[in-house]
Amino acid sequence: MRPLTFRRVFLQCSLLLVILFFVVVVALKFGAVPVSLYALGRDLLRVLFGQSSQISTDYGLIIVNIRLPRILLGILVGASLSVAGTSFQALLRNPLADPYVLGVSSGAALGAIVALIAEPHLTLSPAFSALLTPLGAFLGAAATITAVYFLGRREGQIDSATLLLGGVITASFLSAIIMFLMNTLTGNLRGLSFWLMGDLSTPLQKNLYWFLGLGFFVAAGAIYTTANDLNLLLAGEKEAMHLGVDVPRVRLVVYIAASLLTGLAVSVSGAIGYVGLIVPHAMRLIFGSDHRVLLPTAALGGAIAVVFADTLARTVVAPSELAVGAVTAVVGAPLFIYLLRRRLT
Amino acid sequence: MSTSALPRNPGEAARSSGDVRLSVEQVSYAYSANPSQAPLFTLETTSFQAKPGEIVAILGPNASGKSTLLNLIVGALEPLSGRILLDGFVTHSLPPRTRAQRIAMVQQESRLLFPARVWEFVLQGRHSRGRSLRFESEDDVRIAENALAQVGAADLGNRWMNQISGGEKQRVILARALAQQPLLLLLDEPTLHLDIAAQVGLLDSLRRLAGENRYTVVVVTHELNLAAEYADQVVLMQRGRCLRVGPPATIYQRELLEQVFQTPLSVEVRASGRPRVTVLSGT
Repeated sequence: MRPLTFRRVFLQCSLLLVILFFVVVVALKFGAVPVSLYALGRDLLRVLFGQSSQISTDYGLIIVNIRLPRILLGILVGASLSVAGTSFQALLRNPLADPYVLGVSSGAALGAIVALIAEPHLTLSPAFSALLTPLGAFLGAAATITAVYFLGRREGQIDSATLLLGGVITASFLSAIIMFLMNTLTGNLRGLSFWLMGDLSTPLQKNLYWFLGLGFFVAAGAIYTTANDLNLLLAGEKEAMHLGVDVPRVRLVVYIAASLLTGLAVSVSGAIGYVGLIVPHAMRLIFGSDHRVLLPTAALGGAIAVVFADTLARTVVAPSELAVGAVTAVVGAPLFIYLLRRRLT
Repeated sequence: MSTSALPRNPGEAARSSGDVRLSVEQVSYAYSANPSQAPLFTLETTSFQAKPGEIVAILGPNASGKSTLLNLIVGALEPLSGRILLDGFVTHSLPPRTRAQRIAMVQQESRLLFPARVWEFVLQGRHSRGRSLRFESEDDVRIAENALAQVGAADLGNRWMNQISGGEKQRVILARALAQQPLLLLLDEPTLHLDIAAQVGLLDSLRRLAGENRYTVVVVTHELNLAAEYADQVVLMQRGRCLRVGPPATIYQRELLEQVFQTPLSVEVRASGRPRVTVLSGT
C-alpha cells in the first residue's frame, strides 16, 4: 500500500509548474513578431523589479502589454475550465462531462450577453458594473447545469447517454438564442465567434485580472476541500453516503463552485471547448484518479494546454489569428469520439 | 431445541450480558410516488433487537420489505412511525460522517468509474475517520491492511478492482466495511452473485468477525439455508409485514415457510440443532 501523500502531490505539481514556465516562455517568444530570448529575459526582469518604464523597444511593449496579459488570461481560463470539467465528471459520474459539451459554457455565454445588454439600462456604480458580466455568466452556467442535471436523470439515477444528449441539445439551443440576440441587438457585445468558439485576444481591465484570480482561488479551493468526497462519489451517491459523505452539501458546493469557474472563464474568453475534457483525462492517465492530486494537476495542465493552444492559434496562420477554441476543438472533438466509442464497447 | 444446541454461537455471551446494541422499535414506512395517492408499498410495524456479536438475518421472498427495512436501519430512510436506535442514538438523525463511523453497509456491487487498486478501495473505509481533505495516516494503512487480512484477502492489495473475481470482490467490499470499524455491519444480499464455496466462505468469515470484533451483523437474504446455518435471530418478512422474530429453530416451521415462500418444502433439524430446508419441486 502506498497511499497518496502531500509530498507526492507537491512534487507532481512542481513538475507541471516547470512545464508551465517553459510553455509561457515559448508563448512570449513566438508570435507575429519574433522576439529574442535575451530581450525577453531583460524586459521581464524589468517588469519584476517595477521598472517597466525603462522598457523602450516596441518588442518589449508587445511582450509586456500584449502577450503577457494574454498568457495570464490563458492560465486563468485554462485552469478554471479544467477544474470545472474535473468536478462535473466526478459529480455526474461521467468521464465525458465538460462545461462545453454539457452546454454550461453556452449558458454562461448567454448569461454574459444578457448582462451586457442590460448593463446600459441599469444605474450601477462603475465597480459593480464591471462585475455584471461575470455575474450574468455565473448565473447562466448555474441555471444550465441545473437544467441538464434534471434532463439527465431517469428514475432517480443519472443516465450517461441521456445526460450527454441533453447537454448537447441544450448547447445547440442556447447557441441559437445567442445568435438571435446578436443579430437583433447591437451594442458592445463582441463578435459571435468570441462567444461560440472562445478567444483570448481581448485584453481585460487590469483590476479584472485580480477579480478573476481571486474568484479562481476561492472556487477551486472550495472544490479542493471536497477532494476526498469526490473520490467516493465516483462509486455513486448512495455508496458515498454510506461511507460518510454529506452528499447534498458536497453536490451544492461543487456545482456552485464549478458554475462560478465556468462563468468567470466564459465571461472573459467566450466558450472555449474541450479543455475540461482533454486535460482531466490526460492528468488521470498520468497521475491517477485521486482528486487530491487530480484537481491541482488538472488546474496546471489546463493552464498549460490553453496557453499552448493559444500560441498555436496566434502563430499557425500569422499574421492572422485563429480562435483558440478552434484549436482546442480540433484536438478535443476526436478525443471525445474516441472516449465515447471506447465506453460503448 | 434448546439454545445450548447451538455450540458455535458467538452471540451467546452477549445475550447473557443483556446489552442491546440495535433496537428497532415499532417501525413502519410507506413508499408513495405521490403524497396524495395511496402508497405503493408499506412496511408494517416491525420490532426486533440485536446485541453485540449477534447475526440477524432478515429473511423473505422478493418484495417483502427486506431492503426497505435495511435502508431504515442504516438511516437513509426516515420511518413513518417508531424509531431505530443504535447504542441509544436514532440512526436517521446522525450526521453522515458519524453514521459511517458506526454503521457500515455492504452492498451487492460496487461500480467504479475509473480503475482503482484494491488497497485504494479499502482505504475509502477510513474516510469518515478524518476531515474531508486529508491524507491517510500510517494508522489508516495498518487498519486497512488488517481488514484485508481479516477477510483472507491480504494478497489482493495490489490488484486492480476490475481484475478480481466476484467472490474476491465481495470480500474486498467487506474489508472496506471493516476498515470503517463500525458497531453495526449491514449486508444486502451478500451472497447473490457468489458460488457455493464463496458463499460459505463469506458467511464463515462473518460469523468469526462478529464474534471477534463484537459487531452486530444484519444480513438481508432470501437464502433459507444460509440464514438457518448462520443467523442467531431471523426476522421473517412477507409483503411488507414482519411475521416472526426469533432463533431459526423456532421460525423454521414447514407450514409457515411454505406459506411465506409459496412453495412446498420440508424442514428437518440437523445434529447441530439448526434446521435445514429442502424445496420439494414438482410435488
